[in-house]
Amino acid sequence: MNSHDTQILEPERCAPDAPAPARLEVNRRDFFKTLGYGVMVLYLVPSALARGGGARGGGGRGGGGAASADISAWIHIGEDGSVTVFTGKAEVGQNIRTSLTQAVAEELCVPVSSVKMLMADTDLVPYDMGTFGSQTTPQMAPQLHRAAAAARGVLLDMAAEYFKVDKSALTVADGTIFKSAANRNLAVTFGQLTKGQKFTKTVDNATRITPASDWKIAGTSVPKVDGRDFVTGKHKYSSDMKLPGMLFGKVLRGTAWGAKMVSVDTQAAEAMEGVKVVHDGSFVGAVAPDSLLAEYAVNAITAKWSDPPEGPTDKTIFEYLKNNATAGGGGGGAARRGGGGAPAARAGAPAPAAGAADQTLKQTYTVAYIAHTPLEPRAALADWKPDKLTVWTGTQRPFGVRTELAQALGIPEERVRVIVPDTGSGYGGKHTGEAAVEAARMSRAVGKPVKLVWTREEEFTWAFFRPAAVIDVTSGVRNDGTLTSWDFVNYNSGSPGINSPYRIANKTEVSRVTRTPLAQTSYRCLAATGNNFAREVHMDELARLLKMDPLEFRLKNLADARLRAVFEAAAKAFGWGAAKPAGGRGFGIAGGTEKGGFVATCAEVLADKASGTVKVVRALTAFDCGAIVNPNHLKNQIEGAMVMGLGGALFEEIEFQKSMITNPHLADYRVPRFADIPKIEIVLLDNKGLASAGAGEAPIIGIAPAVGNAIFDATGIRLRSMPMIPAGLKA
Amino acid sequence: MERRDLFMPRVKELFVNGKTVPVDVDGERSLLSVLREDLDLTGAKYGCGEGECGACTVLLDGNPIRSCRTTAGQVGKRQITTIESLEQNGRLHPLQEAFLKEDSMQCGYCTSGMIMSGYALLQKSRDPSEAEIIRSMGGNICRCGVYQRIIAAIKDGAQALQNK
Repeated sequence: MNSHDTQILEPERCAPDAPAPARLEVNRRDFFKTLGYGVMVLYLVPSALARGGGARGGGGRGGGGAASADISAWIHIGEDGSVTVFTGKAEVGQNIRTSLTQAVAEELCVPVSSVKMLMADTDLVPYDMGTFGSQTTPQMAPQLHRAAAAARGVLLDMAAEYFKVDKSALTVADGTIFKSAANRNLAVTFGQLTKGQKFTKTVDNATRITPASDWKIAGTSVPKVDGRDFVTGKHKYSSDMKLPGMLFGKVLRGTAWGAKMVSVDTQAAEAMEGVKVVHDGSFVGAVAPDSLLAEYAVNAITAKWSDPPEGPTDKTIFEYLKNNATAGGGGGGAARRGGGGAPAARAGAPAPAAGAADQTLKQTYTVAYIAHTPLEPRAALADWKPDKLTVWTGTQRPFGVRTELAQALGIPEERVRVIVPDTGSGYGGKHTGEAAVEAARMSRAVGKPVKLVWTREEEFTWAFFRPAAVIDVTSGVRNDGTLTSWDFVNYNSGSPGINSPYRIANKTEVSRVTRTPLAQTSYRCLAATGNNFAREVHMDELARLLKMDPLEFRLKNLADARLRAVFEAAAKAFGWGAAKPAGGRGFGIAGGTEKGGFVATCAEVLADKASGTVKVVRALTAFDCGAIVNPNHLKNQIEGAMVMGLGGALFEEIEFQKSMITNPHLADYRVPRFADIPKIEIVLLDNKGLASAGAGEAPIIGIAPAVGNAIFDATGIRLRSMPMIPAGLKA
Repeated sequence: MERRDLFMPRVKELFVNGKTVPVDVDGERSLLSVLREDLDLTGAKYGCGEGECGACTVLLDGNPIRSCRTTAGQVGKRQITTIESLEQNGRLHPLQEAFLKEDSMQCGYCTSGMIMSGYALLQKSRDPSEAEIIRSMGGNICRCGVYQRIIAAIKDGAQALQNK
């Protein structure tokens, strides 16, 4: 029996129940007026898909003058042959600006350099639910492939008319169509064909696209398309934006979660030259011509706060989570700030039927709260005008933030424009618009553009965390290595990755919602990191119990061909089973499948029980995500996911007591640095016959259990809590 | 009431990227905020304000410093070098080229600071060992985790400078 009978993507944890966005109305004549003449191809998806569920009227589909939100992307080919792609996806370092450019360049037969991606500007692009869940590659990329393929078809029709020949005689390359393959002198450019045109076409998923085996631009290691702007410091993040007359804002924060403002005195701040105090209920802050003056002004404000709830601490949290579980299973629930549902009697979990088990094993694993720690903290520049609010901010959900702004300021969404410059990372943590709303309130109050950049301390304290978890695993196994039963309960962090990929006749996998003291949200790969940690460490424990090789034990119970293939590829490239170098070395292996990606990671550690030090010396991940779109960028994402995963595996941990974070600084919250990095190797399995899955998340799941298992191999010490060695190895 | 002129004398000029630049700022302000807010040199980033992440790295007389923890008043007549000065006449510095070649970035927010720290290292050590690179870059965080590629880029950059 399996309580999660469908392996669906867990909805991301931020505001999944937010009101539907207003329909995007685009008058096509206006569109051409803005962009210039040319050919425009719009990609249509069923409304439910565009909306991310909930059937809604399509309206304005096909012909007619207005296009609606069920258009997910469009491509415009201008009179100069330039190609502009409009999508609501946001670039946060996962390199989709490059991969989506490749998709369009591939189908349109144009150089990468002639494609411009216009992303995540709510006034210019079609509605998009958000950039998360590794969905850009499996969903948006095929749509752009189809729209671009259709655009090529339109241009070929135009060229056939131009040359008065049958379309089949034509060839197309580098934005030019040739009358025949043999005679390259008779040619017409895309720009010549689109001159004076106002041609639109809508396409859907019936449009044929180039198979991956024939890709020439997609599937290759195209460099980051705007890389030069980053190595020169020219790229403008939200926090770099500037407008004439712009002021800098700073918000007065409470003393703790749940502390309510009792009284506030802003007189001293108001008296400071150049300072304007913004006071609207419990929203209090200051704006000033420079950021330091704004900070001084807020420091000059005195406020009294109610005593915060005592709450659990990072030491008592796991007991708290188990004691506060609500009835029934669930997907982990939506993002929530403290409180949570009322605790109820725990539903009695079915006892694992050990059946024919020769041995049983029961263990508990825990996962601490960790912080996303994007290097660019939350930041926004807001420009309030009576008829329009424009906000530049780093978010993964521009349309969701537009809704937040409209609600917070009590104006229609049509009067709000959110623009997301390519952002200093998110890792699942930037779904909401806290800084955007704060900057907008201040801009409205002072009538000038206001920029607001959260400090690192604010980011650590008032943003969100990856949920902590307690995971109980009870298993049964026969002496020949056959798994017979499996009971797996996750408290708080959710269901992703909860389903074991191993064949087990009798299994129960339950995600329990509990009360949570901290604001938690999605984090790269959601709960899959913790669930894979618990499962893959437990598998290692069972293998040791049985005195079987951990890889052999896994393969004995594993039917999935793709997962077997990455395990075997990783083991081979790593030298699994080879003799270890002498002295404190250990090997570990772990793997799983998540978001369409198949992962196996091997790690080698060097551990010294006497000093308590552990160094991860080497780590290798084999990965299969279907047809590879950009091998070098894929490797980069896998390396990065492994490094990020290493932080949560070894030392990242949010500390808190009395409803307040007690380590809100990078000096106290340890993230991986140069000296922590092992030699990282990647093995890519290119499955050209399979659709490409996103790859920004899945490769994070293998490293923590692989390292934990390697530490056991080296020392005999079994670590079951993430982070495993925040204060070194304790014998 | 008072302004904060009381806190520290005002700074009237800075020496940035080979030029004398007139400013009029409170000496208490961080060099980072003056570069970014007053001089529109936004290549150096705010990452922590605590000197822990290196995103704000610029050079002061050739030495890498955390501009978030350096006040404008402390700078004096020393030469400030920022990422904006590395590209000369449309040509990237070899280290910038190397960062592109090795794809040593994801979100790019740490990149300016990484390049400035690496640039300072290459000014002092023409052929740094891996251990030396790791040691001298220890104050810079890349949260996207592309450290291995940054090390490769610094090695490439060193090679390119030697071949020049």
